[in-house]
Amino acid sequence: MTVASGPVIPNFGSGSSCEVNNGWFCTDWVRQHWADTLQPALFQHIELAAIAIGIGFAIAFLLALVGFRFRLVDPPIGIISDFLYTIPSLALFQILVPFTGITLLTVEIALVSYTLLILYRNMIEGLHAVPVEVVDAARGSGFTRIQTFTRVELPLALPAILTGLRVATVSTISIATIAPFVIAKGLGQPIYAALSEDVFKTEIFVAGGMVIALALVADGLIVLLQRGLTPWVRA
Amino acid sequence: MPGQAAELVFDEATKRYPGREGAAVDHLSLTVPAGEICVLVGPSGGGKTTALRLVNRLIELTSGDIRIDGTSVKAQNLVQLRRGIGYVIQQVGLFPHMTIEANIGTVPRLYGRPRSWIKTRSAELLELVGLDPSYAKRYPAQLSGGERQRVGLARALAGNPPLMLMDEPFGAIDPIVRTRLQDEFLRLQREVRKTVVFVTHDIDEAIKIGDRLAVIRTGGRLAQYDTPRAILEKPADDFVAEFIGPDRALKALSLHTLAELELGPPADGPTCGLEMTVRDALALLLEKKATVLAVTDEKGAVIGSITREELLA
Repeated sequence: MTVASGPVIPNFGSGSSCEVNNGWFCTDWVRQHWADTLQPALFQHIELAAIAIGIGFAIAFLLALVGFRFRLVDPPIGIISDFLYTIPSLALFQILVPFTGITLLTVEIALVSYTLLILYRNMIEGLHAVPVEVVDAARGSGFTRIQTFTRVELPLALPAILTGLRVATVSTISIATIAPFVIAKGLGQPIYAALSEDVFKTEIFVAGGMVIALALVADGLIVLLQRGLTPWVRA
Repeated sequence: MPGQAAELVFDEATKRYPGREGAAVDHLSLTVPAGEICVLVGPSGGGKTTALRLVNRLIELTSGDIRIDGTSVKAQNLVQLRRGIGYVIQQVGLFPHMTIEANIGTVPRLYGRPRSWIKTRSAELLELVGLDPSYAKRYPAQLSGGERQRVGLARALAGNPPLMLMDEPFGAIDPIVRTRLQDEFLRLQREVRKTVVFVTHDIDEAIKIGDRLAVIRTGGRLAQYDTPRAILEKPADDFVAEFIGPDRALKALSLHTLAELELGPPADGPTCGLEMTVRDALALLLEKKATVLAVTDEKGAVIGSITREELLA
């Protein structure tokens, strides 16, 4: 790692005593830099993660429709998403940059590809777990194929789908901290900066803590959504 | 929505699966008169369920035909056909994510009935199958097995179908509840008078439930089609005789109740109701080591007597 060329301590000469002495955690610094550094980073982070989860969910859903309807293509889709999941993210950036450049697109492609495995697998598992006798009763009662899917199979797969969404959301929020390797966005940025500065660590703790808090909040929101959408699960 | 009972005709109905030797259902021909219960009975794996599922085309015929009130099932739109046929299966298959009310309202909802209509209809049907109206807002997971099957029956009746298909509906229910459900189903049938095709491998259930029995042998071939009494008295061949069992004379006694017999004057002895079958009355005599039974009416008053000799006559 290269040592930063400027002053070792940010705000050199004007910082609080905590900053000047490289304290482990400087609340003054947090207060001073909330508006210019931390809050923008948080919003960017939410944006990075939300785009990835939204697109990943849409792609996984389309793939799951195909994989559920045509059993033969399920294994290949599974293997491809497995494979994407195993590529180390830094390596994936290296591979992508020549094609998509130092852009948001590069980051999102990487983030989306990590959501696919979890989302797709949970959707397919959820759909296959619908009891055969329930599908039999639906068909025997005169549901069309589409009605059977939208009114019976999909709602019954919801708990599994939403569980997949929880895992994908938490992991995407965490993985999104590597975005600064490509573009200067998200909560990874203060962490990255602190790593290069070597001495001053407050940013790591604050930004890291915010990533964890964001993941917990997002997880909690999905749990609430799950409860609202699947009241029968707790019946 | 459909109405009363329909006549059902199997006409050389045949199902073969490619690559499998022999047919699953082999040239099955029989007519179920409107409003009667026809029980398909026979050994497990004999093609009874396949025959049943040919009717609502969950399985398609290979050859032959099945007609409901003269119209071939093949000539009808698949979805319309199924909406007009009540379907009850052993595992019930209630929709776990829907309330009991929504489950019962399945077919009316497919017909586009308004919410308020469905609510009223569900309440009626819950009462008809002997469940409290407070069940409407519960989920299937909150019900016992017997209660779930009652809801399954209510769901099948909700569209007022002229024909009901019932595939071992009481097969997974414990014996005590099972007997009660059979009795209630018969009471219900006297009220709604549907044409019913009922599959079971239990000969006692078949004799109790059926107006007619179709004994199906392995390979989906019809061995005998007649009333329970005729089959018990005159099994068509060794297969039927063996299937209904060596105690067929005893089983035949369960087709009659004491109400059908001439009673003697009131006497002392173990008491039994008029609605008791001759078979059960005989069993009671044996158990109590008695020679005469005191017969009571619904209120429990002794109105006559019957002796062992009279029961066996």
